[in-house]
Amino acid sequence: MSSFNTNIFKSLINVSSVRELAPVVQQKETFVRERPITGEQGVSRSRRSGTGVSASLVLCTLGLCFSSRPYYVRYTLRCDMKRSLLAKDLSKTCEFMVHCLPQKAKLQPTPVDFNITPETLQNIRERSLLPKFLIRGHLDATNCVITQPLTGELVVQSSDVAIKSIELQLVRVETCGCAEGYARDATEIQNIQIAEGDVCHSLPIPIYMVFPRLFTCPTLETTNFKVEFEVNVVIVLHDDHLITENFPLKLCRV
Amino acid sequence: MAAVQWHSRVRRYVAEKQSCGLEVASVEFGDYHPLKSITVTDSKSRRGARKGSTSSSSSSSSSVAMDPLSCMMDGTDPLSMFAAASASEPHLTLPHSISSGRKEKEDEVAVDFEPWSSKRGEILARFTTTEKLSINLFMGSDKGKVAITVTGSQRELLNLSQQDYVNRIEELNQSLKEAWASDQKVKALKIVIQCSKLLSDTDVIQFYPSKFVLITDILDTFGRLVYERIWSMCSDPHPLPGTGSDEVNDTAKETCLNWFFKIASIRELIPRLYVEIALLKCNCFLTKCGIQKTLPRLTAMIRGIGDPLVAVYARAYLCRIGMEVAPHLKDSLNQNFFDLLETFRQIHGDSVQNQLVLQRVEIPVYLTLYSPAIHWILQCVSYRAPESLLTEMMERCKNLGNNALLLNSVMWAFRAEFIATRATDFIGMIKDCDEAGFPKHLLFGSLGRSLACADPPEAERLPILNEAWKVITKVRSSQDYINCAEIWVEFTCRHFTKREVNTVLSDIIKHMTPDRAFEEAYPQLQSVIRKILTYFHDFSVLFSMERFLPFMDMFQKDSVRVEVCRSIMEVFIKHQHEPTRDPVILNALLHVCKTMHDSVNALTLDDDKRSLALLINGFIRMVSFGRDFEQQLSFCVEARATFCNLEPVLVQLIHTVNQLAMETRRVMRGSHSRKTAAFVRACAAYSFITIPSLTSIFSRLNLYLLSGQVALANQCLSQADAFLKAAVSLLPEVPRSVSIEGKMRSSEGFLLDFINNFLSTLLVVPDHPEAGVLYLVRGLLNMVQDYTWEDNSDAKVQVYVSALPLLAAMSQETYLYCIPKVDSNETLYGGDPKFVAEINKLCETLIGQVLDHLKILGRDESVRRQSSLAFSLFGCLLAHGDLRNNKLNQLAVNLWNLSHKHGYCDTQTSVRTLEFIKHLAQQPNMLHISDMVQRLILQSRT
Repeated sequence: MSSFNTNIFKSLINVSSVRELAPVVQQKETFVRERPITGEQGVSRSRRSGTGVSASLVLCTLGLCFSSRPYYVRYTLRCDMKRSLLAKDLSKTCEFMVHCLPQKAKLQPTPVDFNITPETLQNIRERSLLPKFLIRGHLDATNCVITQPLTGELVVQSSDVAIKSIELQLVRVETCGCAEGYARDATEIQNIQIAEGDVCHSLPIPIYMVFPRLFTCPTLETTNFKVEFEVNVVIVLHDDHLITENFPLKLCRV
Repeated sequence: MAAVQWHSRVRRYVAEKQSCGLEVASVEFGDYHPLKSITVTDSKSRRGARKGSTSSSSSSSSSVAMDPLSCMMDGTDPLSMFAAASASEPHLTLPHSISSGRKEKEDEVAVDFEPWSSKRGEILARFTTTEKLSINLFMGSDKGKVAITVTGSQRELLNLSQQDYVNRIEELNQSLKEAWASDQKVKALKIVIQCSKLLSDTDVIQFYPSKFVLITDILDTFGRLVYERIWSMCSDPHPLPGTGSDEVNDTAKETCLNWFFKIASIRELIPRLYVEIALLKCNCFLTKCGIQKTLPRLTAMIRGIGDPLVAVYARAYLCRIGMEVAPHLKDSLNQNFFDLLETFRQIHGDSVQNQLVLQRVEIPVYLTLYSPAIHWILQCVSYRAPESLLTEMMERCKNLGNNALLLNSVMWAFRAEFIATRATDFIGMIKDCDEAGFPKHLLFGSLGRSLACADPPEAERLPILNEAWKVITKVRSSQDYINCAEIWVEFTCRHFTKREVNTVLSDIIKHMTPDRAFEEAYPQLQSVIRKILTYFHDFSVLFSMERFLPFMDMFQKDSVRVEVCRSIMEVFIKHQHEPTRDPVILNALLHVCKTMHDSVNALTLDDDKRSLALLINGFIRMVSFGRDFEQQLSFCVEARATFCNLEPVLVQLIHTVNQLAMETRRVMRGSHSRKTAAFVRACAAYSFITIPSLTSIFSRLNLYLLSGQVALANQCLSQADAFLKAAVSLLPEVPRSVSIEGKMRSSEGFLLDFINNFLSTLLVVPDHPEAGVLYLVRGLLNMVQDYTWEDNSDAKVQVYVSALPLLAAMSQETYLYCIPKVDSNETLYGGDPKFVAEINKLCETLIGQVLDHLKILGRDESVRRQSSLAFSLFGCLLAHGDLRNNKLNQLAVNLWNLSHKHGYCDTQTSVRTLEFIKHLAQQPNMLHISDMVQRLILQSRT
């Protein structure tokens, strides 16, 4: 699933250089709660008489919570040094990151066209009360390289009610298998406005979103744990109708 | 001391002059002489002879020895070299015209691109509001997520006046700089984001353009700060930014990338756009073609802005930054404009209309809000654009419905020549425009502005004017009308004759007179006058326009009217080279000058008076009736009546009249007929009654003297007498100190100068038959005696000493000079012994006075003054007294000794004087002098 990569320290450096903007970048910091460590695997243990050094890799995986709070996965390396009676034991903990191996296979672009009309909508009570509209568009790819922006176009062909705003909502969906079945948790990680106000009809508006570096990772699918991403095209009408079109994305690193 | 008997030395002026004069040596043609004409070789004359050059080589001999200066300069003097150099240089490219022959680097914006900074102020001044504004600064984080901000607070400032608003924005600008300086980059970014958020708010829409200007200033600051920071991070700063990203080190690149990631996550579209545009230049740190890739994307992103006004200003900002950062990338500029055309229909869409109703803004007012942005975009697009592109753009605009707004900007931004050649088409298009939309007078104004810079084809000019004026004259609001008419006056003046201009003027009068509308439009009306004056320098043509003076009558506010009159007079003085007698010009200008004169009151500043007088004098100097002297005199009479409040003008008039009298004398070759004699007397009379009205005492004195001399020259003896008498009787009134350039100075020096000048004139003034001998001289000396001189001053005695030479000259048989056809005392008395005795008596009195004064000085211990006074009297005796007389001789020796007694005498002068006396003594018949020399002791210090 993941492997240690020699690059980890480099990526740490990258993070530190981000510090310039850190307060803004780490918007979600307070949402992050350190999860209790659920599993501990001693990786190596060596003892000598008198003093001893123990190193442990702490894998805090699958911190799971059902109060719709996100997971936090972190890897730390901890080294304990037992010393003789008169000296205190020494201990050092170091957090590190895990890089996925870049995908070897060539990425196939998978463009998606979409049409949004009152008829295509689900989850509505009275279809007849809806204003008429027709919105076309396409995404250039749903198989996205994580370092490249998501691109596409959107055209408001017609709309009875003026449009208030068009937004792109990037959502992370984490699924975890547990005793009761599967737990699924979706979190908005970025919301970008691509149109404001009553945009000109039949003029293509670009869809463009850069994936935030700290909140996205390559899509991960294992038997009982998944991290997936979706993008929602959200159209807010002036009468506060909200129209959402959902596109699952597959992110990868090349 | 007993009275000294005076005897004047007999002078033979002719002989003296000959003996004094240097020998005249004729210089042979070709001989060397230092003062012979110097050949300045003019480099221009070689390249192509130009008349009026300073070359003087032609007349002088070619074999003249080389002038050492021109030898040094290798035949070309540096001034002419400069002149030649500047002449050969091509003219600078003017705005609106593009020199095709000149190749410039394409990625540089040259001087002919009107910079944003010049538009800035204009926009701020034009788009103002009296409504209350609000700033909503949401400085906290979004949607109640964690506040990490430094100043995390939501502030809404309501009910700000425009000035408050501007101040607030300036405060934000300052706090941005402070935050940056104190390394709070995040806070800085937040401020910028909040500011650009304000641009999505179109409340108080009339203020939007100004708001745009204010906020983009902040963005500019931010963009510059970020760029400089990343720039400074590059380890080895390379000379040209953007040349390549290879040299940019990883830290700089990473920082730059961080900024862009941060910006990419800004939720709202408009702040994200603006901030990214502000940082456009930083793209060059990432990849070589970073800017090239980003520009089209940003251009497309603007399509997402629904409000057309907000969108068009965002485009203007993008174009502006694009022009600054990468002027060679024209495609996105064009794309911006085409996108603008695509979204053009939105302006008339429902959401805009609803908003306007809500804010109670009229459509025409709303449309003019677009102008600055569209002007700017078009200016960027059309800059150095090929003709074909411009044509294409124009066609596109034409095909769009309701395109007046675009049309206006096209006319404003495209090259004037381009517009001018298609002027007729434009008029057609303007006519087709919807009446309810963009104001037509603005369209015609823009067209007129272009036509003022470039000329349409000759045949089309009159139809253009007719068509344009047909519309202009129908404009109802007088302010709109005059704004437009003012522009078109230039076109009319440029290409048409006075007839058309006259028609235009009468139309303006017709529009501006009702309800005294002109009162609101003085600047424009003044500009009309200025434009007419630039094109019509011939004042006879100008004033033969029937409506010109009625037009002038519209300036009813005093200050404005005077200003207009001033500008007319300035142009007249500058361009009128020939004197004129044209009654039309005279009448009109007299009226103009009278207006200026009448504006003078007790509160007028001296400087103003002076400049007004200067202008009026310039006019008076230009009036000449040729041989019709009487007419000229009567003009002066009229002018005197008209300009009685400005003294310099009166002085000028007196000079003019005196000149007139002398001119008459010249024409009559010195002998007046009965008629001309009467005329010159009239001139004298004019001066005589004008002079007393002057307040400056010295100008009165000098003018009396001058006019007296003129009268004398014209054989008006009694008039001359009257002038001189008046001058003499004025003397006691001379104050002890006069104000010169605001400072009080002693008048003594001026008075002495005047008296000396006066004395020299008195030589030729014949005595009045009924008055006593030398009554004028006596009168003058009496006045001098009675005058209250300054304490401790020798001025009185100095006058006495200087009167001696006059008296000596008067006792000669023939005088040093005389006036033709006027019999001086020499002829009247014919050297009568009684006359001479009278003179001598007078001299004796004078010398007695001087000697008395010398005594007093000796008592007062003012020996230095005594010494110099004694020496000057000695000089006078030596030059004018007959030293054969023993007593005089003895007096001279005594004076010499007195002046040397205390050693205050200037030794050098004494030595020279002594040498001169010795030289005299060697002349024949000068025994008495050589005797005297023996007795003169030089107290040399050596």
